[in-house]
Amino acid sequence: MTEMKLITGKDAIRDALIEEMRRDKTVFLLGEDLEQATFGVTDGLLEEFGAERVRNTPISENAIVGAAIGAALTGMRPVAEIMFADFLMDAMDPIVNTMAKARFMTGGQAKIPMVIRTPSGAGLSAGAQHSQSPEALFMHIPGIKIAVPSTPYDMKGLLKTAIRIDDPVLFFEHKMLYYEGGEVPVGDYTIPFGKADVKRKGKDVTIVAVLAMVKKAMMAADILANEGIEVEIVDPMTLNPLDMETIINSVKKTKRLLTVEEGARTGGIGAEIAARVAEDALDYLDAPVKRLGGSDTPIPFSPVLEEAMYPTEDTIANAVKQMLG
Amino acid sequence: MEKSFLLGLYETMFRIRTFEEEVKRQFEDGNIPGFIHLASGQEAVSAGACAAINKDDYIGSTHRGHANLIAKGGRTDRMMAELFARETGYCKGRGGCLHITDMSVGSLGANGIVAAGIIVTNGAALSSKLLKNKKVTLSFFGDGATNQGKFHEAMNLASLWSLPIVFICENNLYGEATPQAKHMKTKDIAVRAKAYDMPGIVVDGQDVLKVYEVMTDAVKMARDGKGPSLIEAKTYRFHGHHIGDPETYRTREEVEEWMEKRDPIKLFKAKLLKDFKVSGSEIDPIETKILKEIENAVRFASESPAPDPATLTQNVYA
Repeated sequence: MTEMKLITGKDAIRDALIEEMRRDKTVFLLGEDLEQATFGVTDGLLEEFGAERVRNTPISENAIVGAAIGAALTGMRPVAEIMFADFLMDAMDPIVNTMAKARFMTGGQAKIPMVIRTPSGAGLSAGAQHSQSPEALFMHIPGIKIAVPSTPYDMKGLLKTAIRIDDPVLFFEHKMLYYEGGEVPVGDYTIPFGKADVKRKGKDVTIVAVLAMVKKAMMAADILANEGIEVEIVDPMTLNPLDMETIINSVKKTKRLLTVEEGARTGGIGAEIAARVAEDALDYLDAPVKRLGGSDTPIPFSPVLEEAMYPTEDTIANAVKQMLG
Repeated sequence: MEKSFLLGLYETMFRIRTFEEEVKRQFEDGNIPGFIHLASGQEAVSAGACAAINKDDYIGSTHRGHANLIAKGGRTDRMMAELFARETGYCKGRGGCLHITDMSVGSLGANGIVAAGIIVTNGAALSSKLLKNKKVTLSFFGDGATNQGKFHEAMNLASLWSLPIVFICENNLYGEATPQAKHMKTKDIAVRAKAYDMPGIVVDGQDVLKVYEVMTDAVKMARDGKGPSLIEAKTYRFHGHHIGDPETYRTREEVEEWMEKRDPIKLFKAKLLKDFKVSGSEIDPIETKILKEIENAVRFASESPAPDPATLTQNVYA
């Protein structure tokens, strides 16, 4: 039996960073306010690894991502932190035009083993520029691997993989998951990219959810179970690569698909998954695919409005019941 | 200065010019697709700067990157094949003029986005600092790039961290189709270094020896851990922003005057003959060799296969 311990999401990320930095001297961190540690993720790392490997940067997202790319090209494995996922927009050029494309446009000469970690998601009344879930934006860009963990176990295992692989990875950490607890094995383990995890087995409806929406879907599943409805919850874990095989196998069993995400519904993760299911498994569906997502609005400051803009366990449970007619 | 070193500088400049002019002909003959940015007229900057660094040092380049890569040791046949979009090109025909690179000679890549290479070169300098390997990075960019936020973010970070890097602005007086006076009030871009507490030096970019001299000092400073500098080399491009540019922003007379009086290759050749007592019979074989090399490069490129469409999806991921 593997020995397990209960830790929070932020400590899962922190433990992965510490273990990888101890294992590999080329791994280093750079980002804004790493010394103070915005969500506590990098607490104590400066003391153990020193200022050379835990690099506090100016508020210069282009310079941070650019430096990570250049370091990755020349033998290092940088882990850059972008303090809020919203600030990725500051660095869209290096992310989209250089990081994602360098390997391809050099005919395979360039290797970019780097990670951009970034806290995403709403729930803290942080307003429209500190609360977004922009994962789907990056699914449109070939060349970037995207991790979307929903538990401390997944966070740690996926981050270790992200650091070790030779592709650039965008690693989303939902803020509301930083302080959620979960069981994690003691010691080293990794989780492969491109392998979805069935978080709950069921026969009636397949729910594909990511990040904080996995927990909401699990809560909805408990509500529905009381009414005799068994949903299956599939967590893709990574959006690129995207494990459609697991999703389609689940749909073939349940005949129904509901996607749940926090980012805006239009052009979202669910839109892509629904399209692929329509292409490859339409004949198995007994009901139209349903997508739940953030409202097509900027994210409001008011807690009342914020709560109204993304799916909850109740809206998920209601959607499932509608689909079952 | 040793004669072989001086002749080496001349060879590099002559190679760049011959390559660029041949590329222009091949483009006009329809053998090269896309947009081509030539550096004829700017040879002394690349040649002088790259002569001041070691083989295993790094450079970062721009959309006008052929000269930078040749000066760093890139092969003209692989480069020509890349411009011909052939599988034997450095980037297997996936990059072209805007992304031409040979990482094995220390080029981190040309970059089609103005100023995008500057932030990346900082990263190479950072890795040299962390790995303590004493390598230096040269970051090439144009005058237009210095109006981008990325330039300023990069300068600040490099200064703050004392990175082993030299920023070299190839100021060819025009940002694409806009003269410098219409895109900045600043006359000497080198003064922008002041804001980041680093040396800023203006050098005549048509004088290869002056470029070499200034760069040697800046490179030493970077290698000794004393931080970055900004070198502004005043230069001029003989051709448009890209081949086919109507060039409505400057007069033919201006271009011809530069070609006549400020051609870096003519100037250096005259200096070699007069000040360094080099004879014409020492220069001629170099020119003959290069002409042959470029002829062979065209043959290599035109005889090379185009990429196989079945390989389209390769090299997106590891």
